[in-house]
Amino acid sequence: MIEAKGLTKRYGATVAVDNLSFEVKPGKVTGFLGPNGAGKSTTMRMILGLDTPTSGDVRIDGQRYRDLHQPLTKVGALLDAKWVHPNRSARSHLAWMAASNKLPKDSVDKVLEMVGLTTVANKRAGAYSLGMSQRLGIAGALLGDPEVLLFDEPVNGLDPEGIVWIRTFMHRLADEGRTVLVSSHLLSEMALTAEELIVIGRGRLIAQSTTQEFVDRASGTTVKVRTPQLDQLAGVLQQQQLVTRIEDVEDQGKVLFVEGDLSTDQVGEAAAAHGIVLHELTLQRGSLEQAFMQMTGDSVEYHAHDEVAAVTQLEAPTAAEVAAGPKEDN
Amino acid sequence: MSVITVERIKLFSTRSPWWCMVIAAFLTVGFAALTTGFLNSTDEQQATIFITQPGAQLSQMVMMVMAALAVTTEYRFGTIRTSFQAVPQRAALLLGKTAVVAFLAGVIGLIASFGAWGIGSLFAGNADLAINTGAEWRLLAGQGLIFALSAVIAVAVGILIRQSAGAIAILILWPLLVENLVTLIPKVGDDLAKWAPFANGSSFLNQGQDFGLAGAGAGGSDFALGPWWALLYFAGWAAALLVIALFTASKRDA
Ligand SMILES: Nc1ncnc2c1ncn2[C@@H]1O[C@H](COP(=O)(O)OP(=O)(O)OP(=O)(O)O)[C@@H](O)[C@H]1O
Ligand SMILES: [Mg+2]
Repeated sequence: MIEAKGLTKRYGATVAVDNLSFEVKPGKVTGFLGPNGAGKSTTMRMILGLDTPTSGDVRIDGQRYRDLHQPLTKVGALLDAKWVHPNRSARSHLAWMAASNKLPKDSVDKVLEMVGLTTVANKRAGAYSLGMSQRLGIAGALLGDPEVLLFDEPVNGLDPEGIVWIRTFMHRLADEGRTVLVSSHLLSEMALTAEELIVIGRGRLIAQSTTQEFVDRASGTTVKVRTPQLDQLAGVLQQQQLVTRIEDVEDQGKVLFVEGDLSTDQVGEAAAAHGIVLHELTLQRGSLEQAFMQMTGDSVEYHAHDEVAAVTQLEAPTAAEVAAGPKEDN
Repeated sequence: MSVITVERIKLFSTRSPWWCMVIAAFLTVGFAALTTGFLNSTDEQQATIFITQPGAQLSQMVMMVMAALAVTTEYRFGTIRTSFQAVPQRAALLLGKTAVVAFLAGVIGLIASFGAWGIGSLFAGNADLAINTGAEWRLLAGQGLIFALSAVIAVAVGILIRQSAGAIAILILWPLLVENLVTLIPKVGDDLAKWAPFANGSSFLNQGQDFGLAGAGAGGSDFALGPWWALLYFAGWAAALLVIALFTASKRDA
């Protein structure tokens, strides 16, 4: 179990992590979600004792990382797949790691086999593709057969096959009873990977709940209405204190959207009561990404407010599109 | 000691340390071949052990570069974080690295000095190059100690600077330029030069040597301390820099 209490990290004037408290429990994959620059990597570096918190602390089963002896047998981590000497072979890289924690001699071969790098283990790591580097990083994390695993954006830049491989791998590790913390800036990815979510924005905790709860709470519903009496219906609904929005939708002309948690019944009845003709009445669920942006919208560091609003009104991208999309600059 | 094993695997699993070691050993030996191989018979009579060692300082520089790179490449490629993750007791890990690098530098120092002496004996067969005096033993065997201690300084500077170009620039400019230029400062300059760390390193080697062919002042003449005190003084600098470096590395963010 990982436990953070009031974790805070300042770099000069930047507050990277701000009074963050959370728990990561064993036996499931916990997603660590936040937009670019939210402080995910910084938090993970503090968990591993690489960066010292400005205040607060984080413990693993009650111990600070820097007090652990042979920590690789307790915590495995992949923060950055590039943290390997490019002229060193994967086998030598894992060999020194194994020696540092007095791990058994066969542990290197075992993890190489596990991630499927056995045949290229003696090649220099600098020649590896991104997917192979990521596998080497995972091999390093698994080397000491640890109970706790941290992965920082492990699917970043991977092809769909690689993404599925890693996702399956995480589930297997959690099913074995391990504590697995995986960061990502994509809710759609986390929805498929994580059971539990810790959501942060600008270094602050936004939510800690199950993924299902977060998604249900976040993605409100919208009712879409097409009608020739657009303005009249909008007026009627506004009198009922409902929020409406009129938009030009391609091929459909002007369309009325009614926001908030409501059913199509309410809109249909209101229309009937005033003799308004309806051409379409549908319930739309917000996409995960919309929901995520709504929740973290105020805390996205590098976007102007208007831009966030504009983005949330875009057509919902499919999960695959989102997953394949480029990582935003920060 | 697992940290020793760790650092040994790290050092020997990339190629550049091997190259540095080979070059360092060859430089001294090669220079000895040049200084002893072309002597006419009168000069040959005057050759001493001292003139077989002119390449040693260059070799020492190469080993310092290797020692600094052993640290700075870890910062460059991020492996320092993997290292601290594997061994959170940072000072212990870095001490292990220092020990491995210093030991290797010492061995190369000995190979270089005795190798150069061997080549000299071969090429200048008519000169008296036998090792008879304590000073002569100090000159040859002492090279190992000086190489090892300067590698410690290089590791410390590497930890403090974290960046290859900067660390190497300091390590080369300091002994070669800075320690010589301070003599230009009026009044205090000569004293500063006498107390400079690398000057004491060479004073440990050069005091009491027969400079022979190279001329009386070749190894310096103005020493602040006796040879063994000079060595201790040099070692003091190495230890102090290392302590500062280990302390800094333990405190700051990796
Ligand atoms: N070593 C550092 N020095 C100065 N500022 C830093 C440092 N590390 C992180 N920051 C800042 O702290 C904030 C959080 O960065 P962090 O890398 O933790 O975010 P992240 O959630 O991992 O983002 P991403 O999704 O882009 O990886 C950013 O504003 C970043 O610029
Ligand atoms: Mg990050």
